[in-house]
Amino acid sequence: MKKELAQSIHEALERQNLAGILDRWNYPATRAKAYEGIDFEAIRNRIAEIKGSAADHLEELAEKFKKSAEARGAKVFRANSPEAVKDYITNLCKEKDVKKIVKSKSMASEEIHLNKHLAKHGIQADETDLGEWIIQLAHQTPSHMVMPALHLTKEEVADLFSKETHQQQSTDIQQLVKVARKELRGKYFDADMGMSGANIAIAETGTLVICTNEGNARLVTTLPKIHVALVGLEKLVANYADAEPIITALPKSATSQLITSYVSFITGPSPNTDGSLKELHIVLMDNKRTAMAKDPQFKEALQCIRCASCLNVCPVYRLVTGHVFGHIYTGGIGTILTAWFNEMETTGDIQGLCIGCGKCKEICPGKIDIPALILELRRRVASKEGLPFIYKTALSVINNRKLFQAMLRAAFIAQKPFVKEGFIRHLPMFLSNLSEYRSLPTIAPVPFRDVFKKIKQPQSKTKASFFAGCAIEFVNPGIGAAIVKVLNKAGIEVVFPEDQSCCGIPHWGSGSFDMAAAAAAHNIKPLLADDVEYVVVGCATCATALKKEWPHLLKDQNMDSLVPGAKKVAAKTVMFSELVNKLIEEKKLTPKDGLKLQTLTYHDSCHAKRHVGIDKEPRAALAAAGYELKEMFECDTCCGMGGSYTVKQPEISMQMLKRKLKNIEDTGAEYVSAECPGCLIQLGGGLDKSGSKIKAKHPAELMEDKFK
Amino acid sequence: MFDKFKAAAEAAGNTEVQRFGAKAEALIFIEGLLKKEEIKDTPGCYAVWADSPFLKGIDTKELAAKVPGLKFEVTRELAKNAKIGITQMEWGLANMGTLAQDSTAVEQRLASALSWIHVALLSTDKIVADLPALMTKMHPSTSNYIALITGPSKTADIERVLAIGVHGPEQLVIVCVDESGGMN
Repeated sequence: MKKELAQSIHEALERQNLAGILDRWNYPATRAKAYEGIDFEAIRNRIAEIKGSAADHLEELAEKFKKSAEARGAKVFRANSPEAVKDYITNLCKEKDVKKIVKSKSMASEEIHLNKHLAKHGIQADETDLGEWIIQLAHQTPSHMVMPALHLTKEEVADLFSKETHQQQSTDIQQLVKVARKELRGKYFDADMGMSGANIAIAETGTLVICTNEGNARLVTTLPKIHVALVGLEKLVANYADAEPIITALPKSATSQLITSYVSFITGPSPNTDGSLKELHIVLMDNKRTAMAKDPQFKEALQCIRCASCLNVCPVYRLVTGHVFGHIYTGGIGTILTAWFNEMETTGDIQGLCIGCGKCKEICPGKIDIPALILELRRRVASKEGLPFIYKTALSVINNRKLFQAMLRAAFIAQKPFVKEGFIRHLPMFLSNLSEYRSLPTIAPVPFRDVFKKIKQPQSKTKASFFAGCAIEFVNPGIGAAIVKVLNKAGIEVVFPEDQSCCGIPHWGSGSFDMAAAAAAHNIKPLLADDVEYVVVGCATCATALKKEWPHLLKDQNMDSLVPGAKKVAAKTVMFSELVNKLIEEKKLTPKDGLKLQTLTYHDSCHAKRHVGIDKEPRAALAAAGYELKEMFECDTCCGMGGSYTVKQPEISMQMLKRKLKNIEDTGAEYVSAECPGCLIQLGGGLDKSGSKIKAKHPAELMEDKFK
Repeated sequence: MFDKFKAAAEAAGNTEVQRFGAKAEALIFIEGLLKKEEIKDTPGCYAVWADSPFLKGIDTKELAAKVPGLKFEVTRELAKNAKIGITQMEWGLANMGTLAQDSTAVEQRLASALSWIHVALLSTDKIVADLPALMTKMHPSTSNYIALITGPSKTADIERVLAIGVHGPEQLVIVCVDESGGMN
């Protein structure tokens, strides 16, 4: 991570105005209310289909739009590069003697820094969207895609307005809004040109659809005699009817409103106030969108409707907010757009901000798998530039469990040299040298493979293979022992293939897909060696690899011969709690009589809930085993561990943990449970450091003695 | 349908929905509103009334004489200095309380976008269920500027605190008239 990024993260964490605002908003609840009575999955499927198909036919739609709009009297200019856009608009201004422009929001114009360019040519462009005007006065970039100036306090806004009006302004927000109304009203009347963006461009009719709450776009497109709309190609849809689901979803996802105050459908010029016809210019900007549409993976990103809901739910964005992202488009989708519209390489650092929790993917109205695309960016950067040597070495080590074990044993005896060499920092999770909010985990004196040898099991026809994962193997072998004990109660004999190694997720997460595939290849055979009915995992991260990712990874790396084996593993893999819940339902496990009721709150690990879809099962199993559930606020928000994220982005990780701990404490429960040893290391270390009485336990540990 | 429309429209904030059986009653209400808002022939205190089917059969000269400051000619300058703007909307959407109008004629936009109070006339029988229903009634192939309006102009751009009346009206008064004669 570059020093500048670390510094900007640090500054952002110090400055929590926007973060506090997003917290008080409670976006998930207000958004849900706006979508009441609407089938969100159905509407986002429609949007994904409409925009996905538009991305497939970008060129065709652009030409159709041009034809339709020109038939209605508009002038359409297609620009490939930012320079072509700037030249066209500057020349038009010169030709028409335009000195003053009023603008309603256009992200496309910010993307190419149009205002700056116009100023160089002596043309003054004033933003009229309140937030955009504020950041223009502050000479800043937007910190949020929909509400660009939320990072500034009302006091700071009052200062900016005082300077602009040469008059001391009060810090009352209602007053400040009136100051803006008064100041900007004159500008609309004086402007020679109005400039807007568009939320949708309909090819069939040549129509621009513009949504605003303030009503500024209505004035921008009405008062000046010339209207220039700058529109990115991704705004195109084929037909009039295609606009409907987008108009329906956008305000609900963006601001939890049913609809924006104003929606305008502009098709060709309308009359001016003096009876003349308005001059309407529409600039369709490509700037890499066509290239994006041709990329089989990134085509999906063109389904974005710019609602910014991925920012609102992102646990990282909510802490660091927009400016850390360094450019115009912020948050998860911004990371992707910036990589394409600007430079792939310069965004390498920003890509590391995504913890991969998957919250954004759940609520994206364009149905974009944002974390997967960010991961794909990392893969491309990693394969182009290569990973740093020490990092690559660390990843190689964990693919060789014997070597890994030897090194960890050495680390257990003498941690210091490893820390000093900076080597341990690059091992996946659990060896972080950060301890401000979290106690360090210690490496277990006896790894699970040796613990396992001493467990006496009843023999059984029903066998399950246990995949331990690094954390259970080396840090908390007790979880493994508890898993064996519970499964034995159900008459299942557990086998432990000694040849198993890392599941490959740390490699995958750092964009090193070849090493991840090597990890998968290494494990398949040992796991299927005995004739097992199940492959049991007690770690949600490993479950993601075994249940979901291995077949794709192997296929992507042209290791097709291993795909059937990987699919077999995937079909047999169960998370421990998933299996226990099934065994309870099948009456193969019976809770003991007269269990003393204890209280528990459950943390949904990102991998468990959003990657493999396990959230009800652990709750049901734990409830059957005598635990009363006390749900915490944001139970499925990431704890900040994120595998190696905790060592790569320590400050963010610790802040995420702090929030999580507060939510856990607020429940007053005796235990917090999560089926992810990584989360447990994070939560347990945090609780320990804060002197809490609450214990972080794996479901297996909590259920160890609860069955007959 | 009307009840649903009224509830949804008023939920948008600073919006009131009135319903009258006959046009004459609606006119009395509007005159009362103009009086209450102290409309007079002074810049900043005008009321502009854009061309509306509602006005058919009404002697606008007489009305203008009765209410000084009420203008039936909507120019940039008059609209800029208007406190109230009156326009007739073509459709209402019951599920969101939205109004829709073909605003190609610039007077319609000047009157509804620049004033502090927007009075929107609507035929009660022109309320349809939702946006898909509206899209079967209005089409860009026949209207150059379709405007949908829901509630007043608003922003939350400073600290996400709601503020009403940024660039457009602070208040929306929807006047529904049942009697369809002269309204359609």
